[in-house]
Amino acid sequence: MPHGAPLELTGVTVTYGPYDAVRDLDLRANAGEVLCVLGPSGCGKSTLLRAVAGLEPSRTGTIRLDDRQLDGLRPDQRDVGLMFQDHALFPHRTVADNVAFGPRMRGLDRRSVADRVDDALRLVDLTDLAGRRITELSGGEQQRVALARAVAPRPKLLMLDEPLGSLDRALQARLLDDLTRVFSELGTTVLHVTHDQQEALAVADRVAVMRAGRVEQLGSPDELWRGPRTAFVARFLGLEHVVRLTVRDGVADSPWGPLAVPGTRDGDHDVVLLPEALRVIDAGEPRRDDELAVTGRIVGRRFAGDHLRVTVDPGTGPTLTVPVWRGSVPEPGSDLELALDPQAARILEPETTTRSTR
Amino acid sequence: MSATGRRQRRGAGLALLAVPVVFLAIFFVWPVGTIFATGFAPDGDLELGVVGRVIGDPAVRSVAWFTLWQAAASTALTLLVGLPGAYALARMEFRGRSLLQAGVTIPFVLPTVVVGSAFLALLGPRSPINTALTTVLGDAAPTLDLRRTVVAILVAHVFFNYAVVVRTVGGLWSLLDPRLEDAARVLGASRWRAFREVSLPLLRPAIASAAAIVFLFTFTSFGVVLILGGPGRATIEVEIHRATTQLLDLPLASALAVLQLIAVLASLLVYGRLQRRAPTQPLVGATTTRRPPRSAGERWFLRGNLVVVAALLASPLLVLVERSLTTADGYGLANWRALLTDDRATVLAVPAGEAVRNSLLFGLSATLIALVVGGLAATAATSRDGRLSRIVDRGLMVPLGTSAVTIGFGFLIALDRPPLDLRGSPLLVPIAQALIATPFVVRTLLPVLRSIDERLRDAAAVLGASPRRIWREVDLPIVGRAALVAAGFSFAIAVGEFGATVFVARANLPTMPVAIFRLLGRPGVANFGQAMAMSTLLMVVTASAILAIDRLRVGQVGRF
Repeated sequence: MPHGAPLELTGVTVTYGPYDAVRDLDLRANAGEVLCVLGPSGCGKSTLLRAVAGLEPSRTGTIRLDDRQLDGLRPDQRDVGLMFQDHALFPHRTVADNVAFGPRMRGLDRRSVADRVDDALRLVDLTDLAGRRITELSGGEQQRVALARAVAPRPKLLMLDEPLGSLDRALQARLLDDLTRVFSELGTTVLHVTHDQQEALAVADRVAVMRAGRVEQLGSPDELWRGPRTAFVARFLGLEHVVRLTVRDGVADSPWGPLAVPGTRDGDHDVVLLPEALRVIDAGEPRRDDELAVTGRIVGRRFAGDHLRVTVDPGTGPTLTVPVWRGSVPEPGSDLELALDPQAARILEPETTTRSTR
Repeated sequence: MSATGRRQRRGAGLALLAVPVVFLAIFFVWPVGTIFATGFAPDGDLELGVVGRVIGDPAVRSVAWFTLWQAAASTALTLLVGLPGAYALARMEFRGRSLLQAGVTIPFVLPTVVVGSAFLALLGPRSPINTALTTVLGDAAPTLDLRRTVVAILVAHVFFNYAVVVRTVGGLWSLLDPRLEDAARVLGASRWRAFREVSLPLLRPAIASAAAIVFLFTFTSFGVVLILGGPGRATIEVEIHRATTQLLDLPLASALAVLQLIAVLASLLVYGRLQRRAPTQPLVGATTTRRPPRSAGERWFLRGNLVVVAALLASPLLVLVERSLTTADGYGLANWRALLTDDRATVLAVPAGEAVRNSLLFGLSATLIALVVGGLAATAATSRDGRLSRIVDRGLMVPLGTSAVTIGFGFLIALDRPPLDLRGSPLLVPIAQALIATPFVVRTLLPVLRSIDERLRDAAAVLGASPRRIWREVDLPIVGRAALVAAGFSFAIAVGEFGATVFVARANLPTMPVAIFRLLGRPGVANFGQAMAMSTLLMVVTASAILAIDRLRVGQVGRF
């Protein structure tokens, strides 16, 4: 299998109708890396893929794949693969004919085309369905055919637009595993677009959180999770506790006690509590001395499968939500004692983007 | 529903059907049957030799051959010109698009006589084409006269049927998911390859059915060929007319009509087969697939199509208007004035103005008849009895496939003797026109009637409404708008009807198309000018009827 090529976007702007869907965007995916673009619908992430594929013209900037500048090239000259949202499979062709389309367009002889189809179908474990009509396939099978079709020409860059979007939850989880396996087997550079933060964190080497046509933050899943740069990134990753606090001498004055935010200039700041900041105190794990004690009344309970998400109103300040993994099920109305790690708070940069997302 | 209820309902359906069935029996089955009888048994005894003799006749063979090849060539040309137009209108957004979309439909509904006149004016020696040639090249310029040539017939047929391709193929094209071609492009297909391998196969059912319709229309083409054709350039239709009016050979005309009927039925069968085999399409929902042209190539493509529309569709009609204003001494309203005041009545036997009045009266009567017959048939066809509904559906479509000339000729030979002697009755004209318009009425009303939720009627019934009351309170308001559309359609068809009318119209009661045809058959600038003026008038009448319908139906003509 061929190795991927680095992709580099510099100052790319794409106008879509009356909007700049992508605005002055810089992004680099390293060779063989899985880069996830994460953002809400309408943030320009699909337009970004279409621009790299050559389906939308970029108004400014340059797009380079390997050492080749792609700007001005037609889609069929770019040597990229794109898996469309909802797949866009050719309904008048069989599974094998869909997969064979790319290799055929590249002028391969019949034997090589057949080999490529076999390889691609084996990769997604669909060899048995080669002769089927597209309309006879389930959603999950269609998704795998779409993936096989995109990889069959062995593009230097593979792009996926919401590949799991139209599938149900159970199928998503299974196909997520398939995707990660296929990515590592192919070794190609992957640009994966999604609005689902779990999907992004699961498959990506690095994640670019996109908002209103720009990259708001770029980093590994771990970096993002431990250090979201803005409130938008924090909320989009599912971090619920963002509060506005006053900081003096490296200490934030919170309703629950002083939080350590060293190196921060004095003034009002948005602060996020990282997920590990809060835990329920029980007999097995008493509160450490450096932790703050927060006691509040339980006001909400949400079943989340293997744990409960319990919402507590501490009386002062906003409510706090913590996972409860075991032990007795806390009743709404009763009190719950929490420990808050004052080291697990992060200062967020003020929001610079004034334009709202579409 | 109980068995009694079902029987009652079926009884009601059959009662409603009585009027259309009797109407069709007298004015369709009887005339067509008479044609067969005259063709196979001219002297009362069955004589299959007549048909054999007709088919063996080299002259008839050459007519049949010409009919076939000009229809095939017209169909191919129409597709060639119409497919790019269908793409431009279905997939590209530009200023004036919706107006243009409505505009390209106009030629399709124009009376054949108007189209014939327009192309006589455009392709004749005094056309603006020749004026331009003379201006550029001086006296050395060759004078182009394409009247009475195959080229004229083919071009007129493309003019006529451009809208069929744009509407049928464009309708599907605008719903086809554009990402399929995107996917092919990213996979390495060139623009042309992506079209050929992805869009073309998916559009094939629409292209095939458009081709079938165009073929049928051009195969049965009458008015256009009668006016623009000439010796050796006659279709079977024209030949039926000639055999009847000039050769007075009714058995020959009948045999030709039988030949025609068989060919038409065969192509209708093929068409039905094609329709049924249409595969499922990956259609986008309500979202538009249109976008402004982006590359220079796309802009040139659009411009090219606009030029085609201007040259092919607009210029004949503009030249028609221009010629109606051209008199022996420069521009003027003499032709128009003559229409209203000239009562020399040399050519028409009546003042020209009377033809206008006749047309409007006949057209209104025909509309009324078609609405009653078609309305009753459509109502009967919506009954819950599936078999009855299917029979009505199919049965009423047969006249649609039968050519107007066949109907007119059938009237002429069947309704001129006891038991039904309507010779000389002015009623024959609107009845013939109504017969041709009725299938369109049914086609317009039926989908709307069928779309009425049965539960609305049930609700009204539970609330105490009698069946008659339900029809008045539920069906009628919903169908009202569709009925208006059907009426406009019928009127446009009736006013412009030529093929049947020319057989049954009395000499002293000509309609506009008949009058135009007679004027064109006479020499002289004044007669030609009057023909142009009346054609212009007829064009305005039919085009307004159609544009009014379009506004009713879509509500967005002229909005951009």
